[in-house]
Amino acid sequence: MIGFLRRLSPGIIVLMAVAPAAAGPSGQIYVTNEKSSTITVLDNKTHKVIRSFKTCKRPRGVHFSKDRTQFYVGCADDNVIVVYETATAKLVKRIRGIEEPETFDLSPDGKTLYVSNEEDAAVSFVDVETGKVFGYVELGEEPEGVQVTADGSTVYVASEAANIVHVIDTATATIKADILVGTRPRRFALTPDEKELWVSAELAGQVDIIDTRTNRTTGDIVFLPTGFRRNEVTPVDIMMTADGKTVYVALGRANHVAVVDVASRKVRDYILVGKRPWGLALSRDEKTLYVANGLSDDLTIINAVSLKVVKSVPVGMVPYGILIDD
Amino acid sequence: MRTLTILLLVGVVMGSMSSRAAEITTIAVGYLEITDDPRYEEKRAYARIRVKPHDRPLPGAELAIRESRILGRALKMKFRLERGKGKTAADLAGEVERLSAVGVRYFLVDADAVVLDALAKATADRDLLLFNISEPSDVLRASGCQAHLIHTLPSYAMRTDALAQVLIANKWREVLVLKGSLEGDAAYAAAFQASAKRFGVKVTAIRDFVLGNDPRERGKNNIRLMTAKDDYDVVFIADTEGEFGRYVPFQTNRPRPIIGTEGLIAEAWHWSWERHGAPQLNQRFEKRAKRRMTGPDWAAWMAVKAVIESIVRTKSANFNTVRAYLKGDRMTLDGYKGTPSSFRPWDNQLRQPVLVHTHNAVIERAPLKGFLHPTENMDTLGFDRGDKKCRL
Repeated sequence: MIGFLRRLSPGIIVLMAVAPAAAGPSGQIYVTNEKSSTITVLDNKTHKVIRSFKTCKRPRGVHFSKDRTQFYVGCADDNVIVVYETATAKLVKRIRGIEEPETFDLSPDGKTLYVSNEEDAAVSFVDVETGKVFGYVELGEEPEGVQVTADGSTVYVASEAANIVHVIDTATATIKADILVGTRPRRFALTPDEKELWVSAELAGQVDIIDTRTNRTTGDIVFLPTGFRRNEVTPVDIMMTADGKTVYVALGRANHVAVVDVASRKVRDYILVGKRPWGLALSRDEKTLYVANGLSDDLTIINAVSLKVVKSVPVGMVPYGILIDD
Repeated sequence: MRTLTILLLVGVVMGSMSSRAAEITTIAVGYLEITDDPRYEEKRAYARIRVKPHDRPLPGAELAIRESRILGRALKMKFRLERGKGKTAADLAGEVERLSAVGVRYFLVDADAVVLDALAKATADRDLLLFNISEPSDVLRASGCQAHLIHTLPSYAMRTDALAQVLIANKWREVLVLKGSLEGDAAYAAAFQASAKRFGVKVTAIRDFVLGNDPRERGKNNIRLMTAKDDYDVVFIADTEGEFGRYVPFQTNRPRPIIGTEGLIAEAWHWSWERHGAPQLNQRFEKRAKRRMTGPDWAAWMAVKAVIESIVRTKSANFNTVRAYLKGDRMTLDGYKGTPSSFRPWDNQLRQPVLVHTHNAVIERAPLKGFLHPTENMDTLGFDRGDKKCRL
């Protein structure tokens, strides 16, 4: 690995791991490793590991800033959200005092992080600029997935232990509705028109579909890859393509990723990946799907057009979140 | 700014509570226990060291009630515990009488097999459910089973089946059994013998041990002598009191691992379990109880959760509706052991993974990989439908 200094503009010195042609995306993939407390950096062309570095303890959720020049990593054991520069992975700052952050989402204006606090059973509204918590809503035990609507007015939080999706009004920091869903709800995907909210229910082995106008569940999708029983299928991360036509679901203990046709709500395919896949990420052109396999410490890279596995790459211990700078 | 928001929040919560107060349904879950229960006697060992494996499981039940508050808010329901105490099964039957008069239908009972059996018989004709949260007796799940007696704690048979699976997986096929004089010791040793037969483990010998230093009884109180004859791969200890067993590791005549009530132990729960959300549950429990979560704590927590889940999913306060859901096949209870739990219709036992642990680590989660069942792999642990042990 050859690193060199590159002067982009006066006063800003950026350490580059690889050499992109211009100041555009660095082509780096960041993977948070929950148990080794590291971030693995891969190259999105060669799919090789460039390096890995120590971060805060038990890093999980990872998210870009609005302009993608920075990214945020939530560390549960340090009660901190760390801000890195995207191009260089240089530490920008630490937002401290966030109780056990697990996952989070960013307001459309890029100013507020909505963070689920696992142990506190709450969601915190964090001002990205000042690092201050300015809103706090008490939720069911073990809040996990967080999803903000495009207008920023509503945030959905899944409470794993209470089997509830909370609908929160961001302006008043109050709960608008509590929706009972399948056992152990984890993550969300919102259709582009925001009429449907898809939520994975890990122990129910299904994805529940919520009508966002009535706040009621209108259907569910059950996953059964060949050779598996219902209780061996534990869906966690869920990712929708930008056109709202396809959903990918990481099936946890069933070691597969399901490909779902949104319109018909039918499973099109199951792709065999590593052990206990949770985290998912799509490249910007949506031609490549990345899967973090928590119990085989690797990343499965899938050609999202042919739905074939291209490669699997070892990363750190218990990989969780994936962020692609492309 | 922050103060303002919090004030606003408090205002909203209080406002909603007062305006909705009239519509909130309160559901009480009974919690019965025996005063002076010998199982919780302090300082049993002669050295005044506490060796008993668990405390009263009340904090488990309390935790489940606390966890229900947000769910309750969503459904306009409030759950709470109603406690009852007594010296005998008859006393507890009186408490059931008292509490059912005010509408309590679900009772957690922390008592041994004798009390549970008598209490269940005394309440057999009533529309209520009793939850056994601390007694592993196989008899209560077999010849002594009763239609309204539900078990959230795994039975001895489930625990010894889990151990037998570990033995087979390790190809440790020959076992020396050391057994104490208590009823529980005999029951646990008998369960292990049945598991050994079921999974193809050979019991090379069964030896009774006694506590003491009498040289005339050294064949029963000297660990080296008891473990000297013949060979074996593993020593299984049935010592539910724990006083003898704690001296067996590293004192056997041959260098062999210890399993059973010492060494490698199979139970409902262990504080070191770190998967499937367990760290969060352990944290919540330890924060409130000021001690680590044990199997009976977990079983009490699970029993309250089963009741709440059934009420929530049926959106009903009707006992028959709730009972049907609770015992039915749609039940999907999250026990933080990775596989959803439900009750076996043939003996009211909660099917669940069993954790096989040492003093500070979970080594295996049973059923182990490769132990398959035609419909439900968790049913490779304990009495299966086809065993026809219980006739409800």
